[in-house]
Amino acid sequence: MGNSYRVALAGNPNTGKSTLFNALTGLRQHTGNWAGKTVSLAQGDIQYKDKTFNLIDLPGTYSLFSNSSDEEVARNYIVFEKPDVTVVVLDATSLERNFNLALQVLEMTKNVIICINLIDVAEKQGITINERILTNRLGVPVIKISARNKKGFPMLLDTIDRIVTGAIDCQPVQTTYPDDIEEQIKKIEPKVSELIGNELSARWVSLRLLDGDENLLNEINERFGQKERA
Amino acid sequence: MSIPKTMRLVDGEKGNLIQITSLNLDGVMRRRLLDLGFVAGAMVEVIRKSPLGDPIAYRVSQTTIALRKEESSRIEGVLMTDGE
Ligand SMILES: Nc1nc2c(ncn2[C@@H]2O[C@H](COP(=O)(O)OP(=O)(O)O)[C@@H](O)[C@H]2O)c(=O)[nH]1
Ligand SMILES: [Mg+2]
Repeated sequence: MGNSYRVALAGNPNTGKSTLFNALTGLRQHTGNWAGKTVSLAQGDIQYKDKTFNLIDLPGTYSLFSNSSDEEVARNYIVFEKPDVTVVVLDATSLERNFNLALQVLEMTKNVIICINLIDVAEKQGITINERILTNRLGVPVIKISARNKKGFPMLLDTIDRIVTGAIDCQPVQTTYPDDIEEQIKKIEPKVSELIGNELSARWVSLRLLDGDENLLNEINERFGQKERA
Repeated sequence: MSIPKTMRLVDGEKGNLIQITSLNLDGVMRRRLLDLGFVAGAMVEVIRKSPLGDPIAYRVSQTTIALRKEESSRIEGVLMTDGE
């Protein structure tokens, strides 16, 4: 399946993820388990040019710090299953809230598209969004769509295509933390890097370790430990 | 002009607009509330109290979120308007 790519949809609840998923995949849907877990996620295929995009609808959450099993599923998928592209769906009328999750995703993985949905509602409310400024600031493509009205899909699909072919090189902006935290990151990042290689973002793992995220540590042990034994 | 009144979210009445000043909890509970938008500086409106007073619905950053007493009693803010 050299021409097949996995595209994960992440986002807050009610941002129109399922609407987008259904509009793009139509009846070509099924649910699939992954990595031996009992979690099933809706999946569907899109044919685009010579490629197949396998869309995965992740659970809608406000965060990815695994405060809940939904958050854990979404986080583990993005970090460990490594989709080719992660599309974060945002509600155009509530960007401040939605960027909490979006900025978390930008720290976790490289190939990200910020997909601002419900643009029709935002326009009615007099909200204008300059996607070019956002793209420059975030270092990844920002696209405006209306999933319900099927607006903006060609641009979204073309951008996915250009990311998987390497025509677009995402450089997601990294949140800078206060000096004391940055110093700690500097100390442990090289060691983390040594242990996990290029499999995960060493900066992100370092941050999670500083935050005392034991759940993630266990997940890493389980997954990477298994690989060594195999 | 009166002196700003500091209060806990749990003591807010329907219609009150409260600006958050601090979260007196930590760990996963703190993280969860931050992720839901209960951050210092955020404006919170008290939407509805259930008959027994728990949980209470709040509007924060354009979303309605219900909090239990254990949570709302640990969030402090300043009353901006009482909504009357
Ligand atoms: N006006 C408008 N409504 C939308 C749009 N996209 C989704 N919705 C509506 O938003 C609600 C939530 O959508 P849904 O796909 O279930 O969100 P999810 O929780 O992210 O999967 C539904 O009532 C949709 O019909 C859009 O682009 N414009
Ligand atoms: Mg959904």
